[in-house]
Order: sequence, then structure tokens, then C-alpha cells
Amino acid sequence: MANMAQAIRMALHHGEKHQNLQNIFGEDVGPPLGGVFTVTQGLKTAWNTPLDERGIIGTAIGLSLTGSRCVAEVQFSDYIFNSIDLIKQAGMMCWLSQGRYTLPMVLMTPVGGGVHGSIYHSHSFDSWATRFPGWKVVMPSTPLKAYGLMISAISDPNPVLYLIPKALLRQKGEEKIPGEPQDEGELKSMIDAPLQNRENWKPKWPDLQEYKIEIGKAQVVEAGSDLTLVSYGRTLHLCREVTKKLKKENISIELIDMLSLYPYDWALIKKSIQKTKKIVFVNEDTEVTNFGEHLAYRTSKECFYDLFAPPKVIAGKNIPGVGLHPHFEENTLPSFKRIEEEVRQLLQAQP
Amino acid sequence: MGFRLSKTILKEIHYQMASSRLLDERLIQIFKKRGGYFWVGAPGEEAFGVPLGKLVKKGQGLEYDWLHLHYRCTGTLLAMGLKTKDALRQMMSRKTDPFTGGRNFIHHYVIPEWNISPISSVIEIQHNIALGTAHAQKNTKGISIVTGGDAGTALADFATSLIWSSKPSKPLPLLIIVLNNKFGISTSFDGQHSEKHITDRGKAFGIKTYNVNGNDVEESYYTLQESIEYVRKNRKPALLEAEVSRMYGHSSSSGANYDESQVCPLKTFEQQLIKEKILTQKEIEKIHQDIFEQLKKEELEVSGESEPDESIWSHIYANNEESNWRNF
Ligand SMILES: Cc1ncc(C[n+]2csc(CCOP(=O)(O)OP(=O)(O)O)c2C)c(N)n1
Ligand SMILES: [Mg+2]
Repeated sequence: MANMAQAIRMALHHGEKHQNLQNIFGEDVGPPLGGVFTVTQGLKTAWNTPLDERGIIGTAIGLSLTGSRCVAEVQFSDYIFNSIDLIKQAGMMCWLSQGRYTLPMVLMTPVGGGVHGSIYHSHSFDSWATRFPGWKVVMPSTPLKAYGLMISAISDPNPVLYLIPKALLRQKGEEKIPGEPQDEGELKSMIDAPLQNRENWKPKWPDLQEYKIEIGKAQVVEAGSDLTLVSYGRTLHLCREVTKKLKKENISIELIDMLSLYPYDWALIKKSIQKTKKIVFVNEDTEVTNFGEHLAYRTSKECFYDLFAPPKVIAGKNIPGVGLHPHFEENTLPSFKRIEEEVRQLLQAQP
Repeated sequence: MGFRLSKTILKEIHYQMASSRLLDERLIQIFKKRGGYFWVGAPGEEAFGVPLGKLVKKGQGLEYDWLHLHYRCTGTLLAMGLKTKDALRQMMSRKTDPFTGGRNFIHHYVIPEWNISPISSVIEIQHNIALGTAHAQKNTKGISIVTGGDAGTALADFATSLIWSSKPSKPLPLLIIVLNNKFGISTSFDGQHSEKHITDRGKAFGIKTYNVNGNDVEESYYTLQESIEYVRKNRKPALLEAEVSRMYGHSSSSGANYDESQVCPLKTFEQQLIKEKILTQKEIEKIHQDIFEQLKKEELEVSGESEPDESIWSHIYANNEESNWRNF
């Protein structure tokens, strides 16, 4: 099975071949490296930019003003903060121009912890990302979802922030990408650049099929009746582990993968709350003015009388960064243990 | 000294410069009587702004020039064909403001039909965005033009435009214009910058540079013509710095009062026109009077136009897709 880096790469190739994607660019995105996580290896339209996030995002805005589709990368979301005003600007072009300029651009950037990335290389951007009206914001949790969300993002007429949970980039999927060869080794030999003698290397792309995940739609990963867990990206997998463990004790958790942070699938979440009466939102961005708080607020506002207990938000601790030693990371970001404890506690709640 | 430009062009330029000045003066009056919330504009930059507007290849699409302007673009837009009435509509935040429908300040234009990129209040941001349109234009005959002020060149975005546009592997057809009025609001350029000319910074990248007295119509016209042709033909960047005046201070927030210490490019040009017998004093007065009357009439009409009433949620996404979370 393809890993997430390969899946995104294949989606970008699909974009080049079938969706009129004309430019893929960022720091080290073009040859010889093809991205620090290899996400853009071998792509025909990938090129290297100067080390300049503002230039990268500005270029993406300019290209898309002309109607040209592009995918720009900021190498790590930790380095996106110097460009917030440009992101803001991109989000207002359509509104400001009364719909006459639209920006068909995708901005992708790896986010979050889980890789011993130290202070810089562990920051999250999801809560920040939801504060840019005019953008759509997505975050995949598996290779197939990464593929489907990228294909949708490329064809969307609006700017899409495509957040990549970096800890999952090497994780293999359980489902195949449509068109992916049977054998994993074969895929690797086709699309992964060799470590040596890359100059003349060209990828051999599988015959990839279109597969879209509609932006704005969430998915029920595991149906359940005792409590709802809502997450996305890396923490979705922690929630899934907790769900599996509790299942052995006959505790039935409904696990929802949001996939789209904005617009978000409130209808699906609300339906689940009305069924289970208990809800926990999990993500790893810092906890104060966290996006999960918005969802919890909305839960209280619209589902107050359905609830058996107040909604919970499990998020990163409100400290300046994720420290390098595992002691810091484990105590800062949501862990399996913390999610399990909080879930067990909420399960005790009585009407 | 005599003019090189034809009489017809000189008269056109004069008409547009006078329109630009009188429009800005009318806008200031509207601000002062509280008919609008804010004023910023281009009095003092007409001798450069008007020729720029006349020389661009105006139209929509990559074969035409893309413009990434800042808020001192009155003359440029008028020379391109902007209707003064539409500027008044934006000034008075009318529903009929064809650019932003009452959302943004005066001279913050958005004109897709002429490749006018949305003008932003954020200083120098346009220098990044211009790279993208220039990139898209590499294999065309169109070029991108970006303008900004002198103080703004301290921002990284200015360096970005120099570095990216002169990239050896991918030079860009980008004309970078700095309108140097020697001030950023109240802070003088000389107190903050040690470079003699801003264009000196371009030289480090092998960028072709031009320095011009932006208060001189012909010097501006011919230098612009040459630099635009250079970029169009060579598909490479150029950097042009024009020294200009600021006749009414920074904006309405600093009072917008006439500054006697500044050289007025309009007066200077009119004196030359009289001397060279292109126009008489009387004719010039008549031109001013006609423009004045027309603006007065237009202001009255615009003030009767309705105010914005569309939903604040309109157009956040393309095709008016739902963007209000309350309805998700
Ligand atoms: C990034 C940014 N910082 C600060 C401001 C506030 N501001 C508006 S105009 C201005 C001065 C700009 O000076 P200059 O670039 O020389 O242009 P000028 O107004 O003189 O034409 C400042 C500081 C802003 N709009 N954007
Ligand atoms: Mg200035």
C-alpha cells in the first residue's frame, strides 16, 4: 500500500495530468530533492523557489489571479507565521471583488508533532487555519483520504489550505489508491526517486483514477452508541486506538474523522451527538481559543438538552511550543493515555 | 526647452492630470464634510501616474499587462479610462461602487477587465503577488507592473520582488516602480535609509534600473516607455524609482491639507504648456472649471445612490457557496 507521501504525490500527478495543475512549487520542492518529505518527487511541474514563504504564497496568489491552478508548499507550518497577512489576503480576494476574482490555489504544509521535531517542526496550524475566512481547510488522516482530498482541493475554485499531518507521511494505508499497483515494491520502484544518480531518473506513473472526497464532509470511521469522538489528522489515530481498546470492553465509541475543518460537517457531528449524548473533540493545537472550543460551544448551544455532560476538548497545552524530550511532548500533546482517561471519565456521566 | 511629445498627447495628459488632481481634491472635500470615511490619493504623483496609465497594454488576460498598484493610483487609473463617478461611488461607500461594493477605501480598485489586481492597504504585499502574474506571463507578450512607496521598500516583500524576479533560472517580466515621496506618513526617508537611491538595491541583482524626476511629465513618459519596452522585450525585470511630491500630506488622517513646500507637478506642467503655447491660461482655467462642474454634478448624483444592502456573507466563496458556519 502507498504511504501518505506517495498518495499526495500521486494526487499531484493526477492534477498535472487531468486537472490542469500548472505549477507546484516551494522550498526544495523541485528536483533534485522533490520535497523534504518526498511529496513532490518526479512531478513535471514542480520547481524550487528561493527560501521565502512570503514570496511563495504571493506567487500562488498571483498565479491563481490569472486563473492558473497551482499547489504551493510551505515546508513546515512552523514557518508560515511570517505570511499570515498574505494568507488573510488570499481569503478575501473573492469577497472583496464581489466574486470576480477567485483563487484556485492549494497551499499545503506539514503540521503537528509526533516526530521528535523539537519546538520548531512540531507546531500545529489547524486552529489558526480556521481563522482565515474565504479559505477551505482540510487535513487527511490516511493515504487514500490524502489522495481524495488533494484531488478535490486542486479542482476547488477557492483557496484550500491542505494541512499534512507530518507524522503520518510514512504510514501506509489500509486501502488502495485507485490505480495503485498490487505490489508495494512495484509502486516504490515506479515513483520513488533512487537515492543515487537521480539526474536522469523519471517516474513511471501508474494509471491513476479520479477519487474525490468532498470538501466539507466528514466520515464516520467507526459507528458507536456510547460516546462520540471527533478528531482529524494524527490524533484521529490515537482516538482510533482508544476506540479499539474500549470496544474489547463492550464500550461502543462513534469515531468521526472531520477531514474538513472549514467548511465543516456539522450535520454529521450533530446527528452523532444526538445519538450518543456525549462528545469529545480531539486535536493537538494549543487549547486556548482552539478550534475544538468552537465546536464545543456549538454543541452546548445547539445540543444542550441532548447532552448527558458538558462537551470536552482535548488539545495541546497552552505553552509556547512542544519541547524536544519525550517528557515534554507526552505532557503537551494529547496522548493515548490522556484521551482514554478523559473518555472513561465522560462515559461515567449520567443524565 | 520645447516638448518632444505631440500636442495631442500633451493635452490628453494635461486633461487627465487635472482630472486626477481635481478628483482627489473633491474626494478630500467629501471626506471633510463627512461624506466619506477616509481619503488617501495621488496629488503630487500625477506627472508620473498619468503617463503610466497611458503606456500600459490595457486588457484582460496574460497577453495584457497586469497591474499591482498601491493606493496612490488616481492618475494611472484615470488615464486607463476609470470613470470619476465610479471613484466617487467608492469614496461614498455606495452599493454601486463597482470595485468592492462598498467594502473598501477609496482608490482600492479591483478591475479584472483591465488586469487590475485588488489594491490592498497592506503595504508592499503586492510585490509578492506580482511575482505570480509575471510568472504566468513568461511566454506571452504581457508584463506585470508593481508600484509602491519608498518607506515600503524596507519590508522584506521588496527584497522578495528583486530576488525572485531576477532568478537566473527563471527571470520574470516585472517592472518594479518605487514612487519616492521621501516620506512614510511622518517619517522621513533620509532618517531611516542609508542607500542613496532605492534603485541601488536592484543593481546588486543585475537588474536594469532607472531614476526619474517623477514631477516631469516627459521624463516620466519616456523613461516609462523605455523601461516597459525593456521588460516586454527582454522578459526580465527592471526597477524604476521616481521622485514625486505629496501635495496633501499622507491621507485624511494627517489632515489632507495643501502643502506649500512641495513642488506641484500640475502647476509646473501647466506653466510649460503655456510657455510652449500648447494651451493658454484661459483654456487651462476652463478645463479645470469643466472638470470641477462635472465632479460636482456626479457627486450629487452618487449621493442619491443607494447604500450597500447585500448580505455580508455574499461572495466569500466562489459561486456564492455557503460560508456561514451557522448554516453548515
Ligand atoms: C504592512 C503595513 N504597515 C503599516 C501600514 C500603515 N501605513 C499606511 S501607509 C504607510 C506609509 C507608507 O509609506 P510609503 O511606502 O513611502 O508610501 P506613501 O504613502 O508615502 O506613498 C504606513 C506605515 C500599512 N498599511 N501596512
Ligand atoms: Mg512615501
